[in-house]
Amino acid sequence: MAGPAQGAKPAQATGPARATAPAPLGFGTHVANVFRLIVKELRSIRADPVMLFLVVYAFTFAVHSVASGASTEVRNLTIGVVDEDRSDLSRQIVSAFNPPLVKSVVPLTPAEIDPAMDTGRLVFVIELPPRLQKDVLSGRPTQVQLGVDATAMTQAGNGSVYIQAIVAQEVARFAARSDLTDTAPVQVVTRAKFNPNLQTSWFTSVMQVINNITLLTVILTGAALIREREQGTVEHLLVMPLVPVEIMLAKVIANGLVILVGAGLSLVVVVEGWLGVPIAGSIPLFLFGAGLYALAVAALGILLGTIASSMGQFGLLVIPILLLMQLLSGSSTPMESMPFWLQIVVQTVSPTPHFVALAQAVLYRGAGLSVVWPQLLALTALGSVYFAFALARFRRVIFGV
Amino acid sequence: MSDAAIARLEHVSHRYGAVAALDDLSLDLPAGRMVGVIGPDGVGKSTLLALVAGVRRIQAGRVTVLGGDMAQRRHRTREAARIAYMPQGLGRNLYPTLSVFENIDFHGRLFGQGASERRRRITDLLTATGLDPFEDRPAGKLSGGMKQKLSLCCALIHDPDLLILDEPTTGVDPLSRGQFWELIGSIRAGRPGMSVIVATAYMDEASRFEWLIAMDDGHVIASGSPVDLLARTAKPDMEAAFIALLPPEKQAQHRPVVLKPRPPRLDAVPAIEAEHLTRRFGSFTAVDDVSFRIARGEIFGFLGSNGCGKSTTMKMLTGLLPVSEGSAKLFGHPVGDNDMETRRNVGYMSQAFSLYSELTVLQNLELHAQLYHLPPHDRPVRIKELLERYELEPVKNARPDSLPLGIKQRLQLAVAVLHRPAMLILDEPTSGVDPIARDAFWRTLIDLSRDEGVTIFLSTHFMNEAERCDRISLMHAGRVLAVGTPAELVRERGSSSLEQCFIDYLADAAGLDPKTAEKAGVETGEEAAAGPDAAPAPAPPRAVPHRHRFDPRRLWAYARRETMELLRDPIRIAFAFIGPILLMIAFGYGISFDVENLRFSAFDQDNTPESRQLVDAFTSSRYFSEQPPIRSATELDRRFRNGSVQIAVEIPPRFGRDLQSGRAPEVAVWLDGAMPFRAETSRGYVTGLANQYAHQLAVERLGTDAATTVSVETRFRYNQAFRSVNAMVPSVMMLLLILIPAIMSAIAVVREKETGSIANFRSTPVTKFEFLLGKQLPYIGIAMISFGLLVLVALFVFDVPVKGSFAALALGTLFYVSATTGFGQFISTFMKTQVAAVFATALLSIIPAVNFSGLLVPISSLSGSARLIGLSLPPAWYQPVTAGTFTKGLPFSELERNIVVLAGFALLFLILSQLLLRKQEA
Repeated sequence: MAGPAQGAKPAQATGPARATAPAPLGFGTHVANVFRLIVKELRSIRADPVMLFLVVYAFTFAVHSVASGASTEVRNLTIGVVDEDRSDLSRQIVSAFNPPLVKSVVPLTPAEIDPAMDTGRLVFVIELPPRLQKDVLSGRPTQVQLGVDATAMTQAGNGSVYIQAIVAQEVARFAARSDLTDTAPVQVVTRAKFNPNLQTSWFTSVMQVINNITLLTVILTGAALIREREQGTVEHLLVMPLVPVEIMLAKVIANGLVILVGAGLSLVVVVEGWLGVPIAGSIPLFLFGAGLYALAVAALGILLGTIASSMGQFGLLVIPILLLMQLLSGSSTPMESMPFWLQIVVQTVSPTPHFVALAQAVLYRGAGLSVVWPQLLALTALGSVYFAFALARFRRVIFGV
Repeated sequence: MSDAAIARLEHVSHRYGAVAALDDLSLDLPAGRMVGVIGPDGVGKSTLLALVAGVRRIQAGRVTVLGGDMAQRRHRTREAARIAYMPQGLGRNLYPTLSVFENIDFHGRLFGQGASERRRRITDLLTATGLDPFEDRPAGKLSGGMKQKLSLCCALIHDPDLLILDEPTTGVDPLSRGQFWELIGSIRAGRPGMSVIVATAYMDEASRFEWLIAMDDGHVIASGSPVDLLARTAKPDMEAAFIALLPPEKQAQHRPVVLKPRPPRLDAVPAIEAEHLTRRFGSFTAVDDVSFRIARGEIFGFLGSNGCGKSTTMKMLTGLLPVSEGSAKLFGHPVGDNDMETRRNVGYMSQAFSLYSELTVLQNLELHAQLYHLPPHDRPVRIKELLERYELEPVKNARPDSLPLGIKQRLQLAVAVLHRPAMLILDEPTSGVDPIARDAFWRTLIDLSRDEGVTIFLSTHFMNEAERCDRISLMHAGRVLAVGTPAELVRERGSSSLEQCFIDYLADAAGLDPKTAEKAGVETGEEAAAGPDAAPAPAPPRAVPHRHRFDPRRLWAYARRETMELLRDPIRIAFAFIGPILLMIAFGYGISFDVENLRFSAFDQDNTPESRQLVDAFTSSRYFSEQPPIRSATELDRRFRNGSVQIAVEIPPRFGRDLQSGRAPEVAVWLDGAMPFRAETSRGYVTGLANQYAHQLAVERLGTDAATTVSVETRFRYNQAFRSVNAMVPSVMMLLLILIPAIMSAIAVVREKETGSIANFRSTPVTKFEFLLGKQLPYIGIAMISFGLLVLVALFVFDVPVKGSFAALALGTLFYVSATTGFGQFISTFMKTQVAAVFATALLSIIPAVNFSGLLVPISSLSGSARLIGLSLPPAWYQPVTAGTFTKGLPFSELERNIVVLAGFALLFLILSQLLLRKQEA
């Protein structure tokens, strides 16, 4: 800039021009810009009490309530019994159904079976045949019928295994008392690695942390961009000596950082401390993976923020996408249960299944870098693609419309 | 004309949180007159008008309008048909995707007019306003002036006796503004009894009114006829008179703007040089072949209405928008190719306040100082200097949100000049700022230009500001009509004032002779005046009062309009139809409790025929997929750790021998417990296999007699194959038909709050019931269509047939979606923004639907509060209907009770929303 004023006050007029720093646009400048924008983003997050509350709530109480609430453990079964034998053995079997496995045992007549199961009042119905005890004592093979409402998927399969085991055990005990020793030729003992008592909370708490990382990173980053677009501040940034990639990087890093800190604290304080879930592996390795993952989903947030033109649209857009990502990630039900083609699609498109696999390996099984490097690689690759795509959209939307 | 008051306010106060908008105001508004309420933004004008219109709840004091107390609902409902209210903002009561005709038609329907009456009235109004050629154009694609004319048509469709207009001409070009007032004038000529109350921030419009009320800070500072006010203050124009009417302490802050002469300079390279700039958005040309040059140190003004291309031109000059054609140079450098050096030379202030409202004043300044790379030692000095110069020191730790507009604009200017740019580009920097603050702002601009040689390029629609510029450019519809000094332009056209000069140019551009343009305005006005009078009104206007409590025509008006809007919004339509299908597929495949393909491996340390027989028992299971055997305990550990094995059987050495000798050897089966449900299920498989194996051994060795005598025969009812999807698909239908319809209907109401069209509900006779049900019906329809689609997905993608009564399913679904859309409306009564509505509805519907309605845990297994929550919401009652008809094959009779309960829920939510929805704003 040449001295604009040669008139009234030349000293004052040219002075300002010189005070402006020359144009250093090296790598250092970019880093400095990104750093300052990150500080700005962090201040913005701090100034938004609703978002902060959401982050804190999601990583504390929500994790706790999900872990202690929703459960696929088999308990509180409702069993109906049609006892046509009315013998010691049949009474012994019935009295073996106790809480917490069984919530209530309802005596039934055969005619009552269908209505009770049709209305969903009972999930299991056992029919103890007449002459059950006599047949056992005389060593005659006999059958106990177990009807299961197979629409209750979480209970039907495992619940019927438990009920079978209880019946078998009571029959065996009865037989033993009657001197009919049951000689099991082999003792099969099952032991679960990583979670000996198969407590659901160990699983759901950590998966909830993961789901929160996805949910909050996408919402926080997308909302931060839309807020800037709605308030017009993004224009302000763009007339400054900044390039779009700096603005986007700052958003991605700042929001990712907040979520990462939240996730780390949640894991140590809530999951390990409050819920008492042991963590087998290295938390730093998990957080490293989480960092890569957060960058990838933050880029997704930016992408969605460029597609939606208002917060309302963003909400409509983000809910189905988040649900899809979560449901098809292997954090709800096992990946192997999905059709093979879907597994391939999901693993190609979404970073979430890779992160879920990494988290399960590191946190439960104590796996190290040598095991999870493929996941880290996949996260990096998908993250880069997302980032490049988001940046292209960001440039086009911010400049082009 | 009678001097009776059409509206009387007695000791009216109104607060928004800590801010008092009106402070103990008492006032009479004369009837049959055109009353102007004048004052800058934020003095309480809009609140006053809203209270008179009955769209805002009275907090304190008494408001009497049309002879009745506006605090009484009966009076308001009775008189709503006599009042018309046009809210502030360009086309705030319009629906942008609806055409001009459809917008007016909707308003006509709200007043119960028949088809032929509507057609006649709309034709009259459109002819009078000159909108008739644009009948089919969507309201969103109209210019500001046309939007306001359309709004006026909507307000006048029912021949009101009291017309309330809140800043109808803000942001409208002077020609359209003139036409607007002519139109009002002629309508009044045709209906002399009609009273008009207008709020305006343009002081120069004030002289058009018959009676003025000047407001400041929630108080009336003067009222009377314009002549009277000018005489009282002995000022030549209304702006000066208004300043003179302000309390003395405010007047003391005011110093007149003194224009200093521009020092002569050598203009070798112009500061801005635009040549043939053109910018298109699709087929729309926002800026059309614009050329101008601005010299260094000049104050150059862009004058024009909203949407005429001022902002777009400015954005192209700052490099924010790429240029479609032409070129722009700043200080001789072409703009746009990411030239950081140019950016350093420019300070920009956008139209709306666009600094970070979440950062304090000081933090905003610091951020910009850093991003412009001011040397670190210079930063605090420069910031301190700016804080003092722009009088921001006292508010430096405040957030901009809490500051008045005038101070915010000063902050924006401080930020724009922070890096000492040689040029400032300011987009309507004084819009909405009060006259005193505006003059103060201009003094700083003049200092910057004259003392520091800063080039200033600004846009405005205030004529008195335009007169202060060195040169101005008149812009309209993307084109520059004229460039020159204000005096030159006036002289060239031979106009009486700059405003008249601009109007002449606009008329030229519109292809009208200026004289006839003026006359045309009057003539069309006279036509309009003749319209309502000459028209053989089916009944005198007063005789169409609001008679019925319920009018199906109004309900239908809302249902019809909602459907049209919805069909024109691709994002919502996609969400409504594609959303459920995608989610159904994802849920169907994603939530599966089928455990198969478990990676199984044997750690056989015995390797005898007996042990191999045991291993075979496992590998033959269809649930397991065999992996290479394990050879050591460390390998077992490692393979579990890297996930290549999920289930392993460890057979001890000497297994075969122990078995032979009947010593019951112990076999350990290891499971991967990382996913408990999967492990639990695999344990079930293992138990089954072990029993089978033991049984087989016993049969082999001891004969059938000693085999276990009691076997448990498990029969999986309703779903013999025990496929997850058979159970999941019906449950997911329950989840999706609450999630999507509830979000959609919640948004439908909150959207109107956000865009402002809720004003139509507040100011017309439509009842809450008509509004709610009218808006709900389209969503029930959409939900039923997506139900149909979901059934098709169930049948053809997942192969899950409907075994039971389809009638029960359809009827149950109808009541269920009525209930869930009602649930969404119920939530919307608490929510203010669309995001909040989306997330709150999603949370409130997903949690109970997933956890407490039988999707994961059967309701029969729930107890206590979980059961109570479940049973108090519709999903728990609908799940048995879907599960019953799809998988259990139940007949209608078995589900009657559930269907009745669902109908009850639909009614309940309608009643609750009816109770909670407020017809008036707080």
